Amino acid sequence: MRDFVWFIPLLPLASSVLLMIASSRLTRRSVALLGVGSVGLAAVLTGAVALEFLSDSTPVEVTLWTWMKIDSLAPRISFYIDGLTLVMMCVITGVGFLIHLFSSEFMQDDDSYARYFAYLNMFIAAMLILVLADNLLLLYLGWEGVGVCSYLLVGFWYRDSANGRAARKAFIVTRIGDTAMLIGLLLLLTELGTLNIRTLMQVASEQWSIGDSLPTIACLLLLGGAIGKSAQFPLHTWLPDAMAGPTPVSALIHAATMVTAGVYLIARTHDLFLLSPSAMHTVAFIGIATSLMAAGTALVQSDIKRILAYSTISQIGYMFLALGVGAWTAGVFHLMTHAFFKALLFLGSGAIIHCLHHEHNIFKMGGLRTRMPITFWSFLIGSAALAALPMTAGFFSKDLILLQAYQRPDFGPWLWGAGLLGALITAIYSFRLVFIVFFGDAKTEPDREIGWQMALPLTVLCALSIIGGYFSLPLADVFPLVNAEHPPHWVEIISISVPLLGVFLAYIGFYGQRPRIDSWTKTPLVQRVGQFLRSGWRLDEVFDRIAVKPYYNLANALQNEPIDRFYEAIVRLNQAIHRHLSATQSGRMRWYITSMMVGLIATLGVAMKIAPGAI
Amino acid sequence: MVMLNLLLILLAGGFLALLCERIDKSLPRIVALAVIIAALIYLITSISGLSALNALQASTPSDPSSWFMHFKTPWIPAFGIHIELALDGISLLMILLTLLLGAVAVSASWTDIQYRQGVFEANLLWTLAGVLGVFMALDLFLFFLFWEIMLIPMYFMIAIWGHENRGYAAMKFFIFTQASGLLMLVAILALVAVNREVTGVYTFSYFDLLQTKMDETTAYWLMLGFFISFVVKLPGFPFHTWLPDAHTQAPTAGSVILAGILLKTGAYGLIRFAVPLFPDASMHFAPVAMLLGIVGIIYGAIAALSQTDFKRLVAYSSVSHMGFILLGVYAWNTLALQGAIMQMIAHGFSTAALFMIAGALQERLHTRDMREMGGLWQQMPRMGAVAMFFIIAALGLPGLGNFVAEFLILLGVFQINEWMAVAGAMGLITGAVYSLILMQRSFQGQPNTHSDKLPLADFGPREMLTMSLMMIALIALGLYPQPILDVSQTALGGLLDSTALGITQ
Repeated sequence: MRDFVWFIPLLPLASSVLLMIASSRLTRRSVALLGVGSVGLAAVLTGAVALEFLSDSTPVEVTLWTWMKIDSLAPRISFYIDGLTLVMMCVITGVGFLIHLFSSEFMQDDDSYARYFAYLNMFIAAMLILVLADNLLLLYLGWEGVGVCSYLLVGFWYRDSANGRAARKAFIVTRIGDTAMLIGLLLLLTELGTLNIRTLMQVASEQWSIGDSLPTIACLLLLGGAIGKSAQFPLHTWLPDAMAGPTPVSALIHAATMVTAGVYLIARTHDLFLLSPSAMHTVAFIGIATSLMAAGTALVQSDIKRILAYSTISQIGYMFLALGVGAWTAGVFHLMTHAFFKALLFLGSGAIIHCLHHEHNIFKMGGLRTRMPITFWSFLIGSAALAALPMTAGFFSKDLILLQAYQRPDFGPWLWGAGLLGALITAIYSFRLVFIVFFGDAKTEPDREIGWQMALPLTVLCALSIIGGYFSLPLADVFPLVNAEHPPHWVEIISISVPLLGVFLAYIGFYGQRPRIDSWTKTPLVQRVGQFLRSGWRLDEVFDRIAVKPYYNLANALQNEPIDRFYEAIVRLNQAIHRHLSATQSGRMRWYITSMMVGLIATLGVAMKIAPGAI
Repeated sequence: MVMLNLLLILLAGGFLALLCERIDKSLPRIVALAVIIAALIYLITSISGLSALNALQASTPSDPSSWFMHFKTPWIPAFGIHIELALDGISLLMILLTLLLGAVAVSASWTDIQYRQGVFEANLLWTLAGVLGVFMALDLFLFFLFWEIMLIPMYFMIAIWGHENRGYAAMKFFIFTQASGLLMLVAILALVAVNREVTGVYTFSYFDLLQTKMDETTAYWLMLGFFISFVVKLPGFPFHTWLPDAHTQAPTAGSVILAGILLKTGAYGLIRFAVPLFPDASMHFAPVAMLLGIVGIIYGAIAALSQTDFKRLVAYSSVSHMGFILLGVYAWNTLALQGAIMQMIAHGFSTAALFMIAGALQERLHTRDMREMGGLWQQMPRMGAVAMFFIIAALGLPGLGNFVAEFLILLGVFQINEWMAVAGAMGLITGAVYSLILMQRSFQGQPNTHSDKLPLADFGPREMLTMSLMMIALIALGLYPQPILDVSQTALGGLLDSTALGITQ
């Protein structure tokens, strides 16, 4: 079975191509069948591979062909499956299938039904290639492939140019990171002579020692790609805007799968990162800083999808923190649980948006608890898991990260403290969302019920958001062991109770009518801080001023080809000479004779000067 | 003989197209297409029997017998001028590209040429003949002759069938290439003279001139003569300014040939002549050339962003992509050269397709101004999807040919100089910016009030067939470039060895 693993990405790819070619000849029903079915089948096959893996966990390598061969450069189209790949594949095909199913109802009124599923299938294929790749160049193929699919899907409703702008921003900002990553690939290939991940890790460990500058440079370049794709500071600004795409797309690409590719990349190359303590520190600090910043921003947003987007940025920050402190398994574990509960929350918000005439503003919602019960329970469970309340999936994974961060020598407790602060804010903003949207008075009435294609994925994801914490991942062979020493009990008790405190604060702040709080938030200082946070710390403005505007100005300066001024000058010079020379042809005999005489005398004079003997 | 026949087929085909215009106005295009396909079939059947090609036997630059084909017959014996044609891996690939894109060009202008179709198709075929001659001529005098010959029909194509400002564009194109061609002529004559001083015989043969001994200063100046001539054609910064005008004003087929093939003669000249004839001087000069390449990459990409004319934007994107070639050629190692050759082929397809789309838009909207476009996907989803494919190819998506090219170039350059590779890689970002803007302004966004009222026909079977072939080609190049790499490797190995010897001497 495992030898045919290439069949798994091929299924959605083939379906995507078919949908593109035959889009006009297919009925909606067959489009849905093809689009959802291909991913469903891929999920079943992944399940079969996973089952086989349980009994025999030796990694498998399947080579299809050599991509290109020039001298010693010989990257292959080759797949590699170990525990880490398998976890990722399960998330991609499993959650991916649920989201495809959800989409088949969510997008049912859209004109471009086939185009939507073509893109979405293509995304699944690219994402699978990304995690299956046995070398970094093939990984990069998947990496750019998901980027393009993300671009296509964010700008899916292309008639609105705001969507186009968001899509371009997403692509270009991540491309900045991708280019850093490509340079990293060039460096690794030049220095170590291979891009095959396992050989690379081995050669790196042999050739470089801990603390060398080359592994640090290489790691930082790879990290550049990771922060772009995974929306970490300072390249995170594209993700909130990427919410312009259809909501299931946000669930699939911008929550569950693509944005975690950076985490996967670092986990996959962890041997390299272990060679560079400073790169590890950078990963941890970027993670925690992003996490806090995004959580603070999520607290004041009013667009339901933007709240979730900032929340995603913040949660991936936790994963980066985990990677940075060497808690590899915890990071991947959180990646998985986050995929469950964040997909759940996004799909839940999709259900609300679907039933509420495309309303995004949470202050125009309210009282949906009784009107949309399935969505309410989904959101409640999802938020509980996001806030890491005890017994939910999010609790197990986040707790693991915080405890391992605490154990980190030197600044471990600081990271733990900052992580706790983030957890507090997370609990507040997620339950702020729940209280505002589902409690209080109804402000907009839903105009429809959700059907089974939407209800089923929600239910399954609810279950996963609870039981996902009890999964044990087959990662023991992939990552080095971390010290299992237990932190003091009070650390654990605080870690557990902080999210509960957050929920309580959210209850005080946002449940029902709270005039005191309302008047407090109207003070100018709070308003100004809120404004600052809402804008995403003005980062868009800053980038606009230091990069986008100057670039456009430069482009405008070059619009009419300044270099041509030089050639035009030559033309004018020629014309001037032409004018003067043609002026000499005046037709007057006297002038001609004079000039001939002057010419003759001058010539003779020169000749006598040069060769006096000749004359 | 095969090579000579190939030239004769195209030249005679041109006359045939010219004549049959009198019978029927739609006949010349059919004749042109048939002639190109016939030439293509003839070439493929002739090379399929070559044992050297099948065995991928490496060729030595200075030994014509090791090449796939060689043909030599005296022409002006007094000056040692011969009709000498030869074919190695690089020229073979270029010739195949020329004929394929020639067919695309005929298809691209299937309907939009309404005036003197016979003369148009004749000019098209003669341009192709000139280009083929450039790729095959190994006598420097003959090479120069073809270099000039391909210019003239191209000039007419722009000047007669071009758009509103065609006179200016055609003249600019002609003067730039002509003036730089003159430099090359002087350099060729000087090289022959220098060689005669040493050997005592006049010869224009590439194979004899390769070993010419000369002092450093002479070599440097002669190298510059060749370099400038080729870089004007490429075009490299700062000699690129003829390109946006020529591209914009040329008819669709002209743009396809110009971007797809004619520019490549410049790159080919650098690889075939400028570096191997003057290896030492070229290596000294390499940093400057690479820097010009980098400036071209960035400059072209930034200038592309602000263009409002669809074709002008694509033209500037060519400047940017050709910068990669210049950068790669002067890195002068296997990886970078493989990348440069791959870039010639991949850029040929992707840009030809984009110009064809530009032509299709102009035919339907009667404008190339993107301010009058927008939201065209709605009415022409097939064309939109095709445009999206080629734009994504052009911005270097892995899995398509252009990525393989740019990756190999950057990798090759990285091994010479990391910072140059890093600077060149910036082109990947700037490339994404203008490419996506192109898509936004034409096919996405709010439909323009002007274009929304027109009944716009989507791509039909003829256009989809042409486009599909190019799409398949780019996917094949992107996922399995090995056959191309193998063929060019037969020539590159010897080329690199011979220049390396030159340096150590």
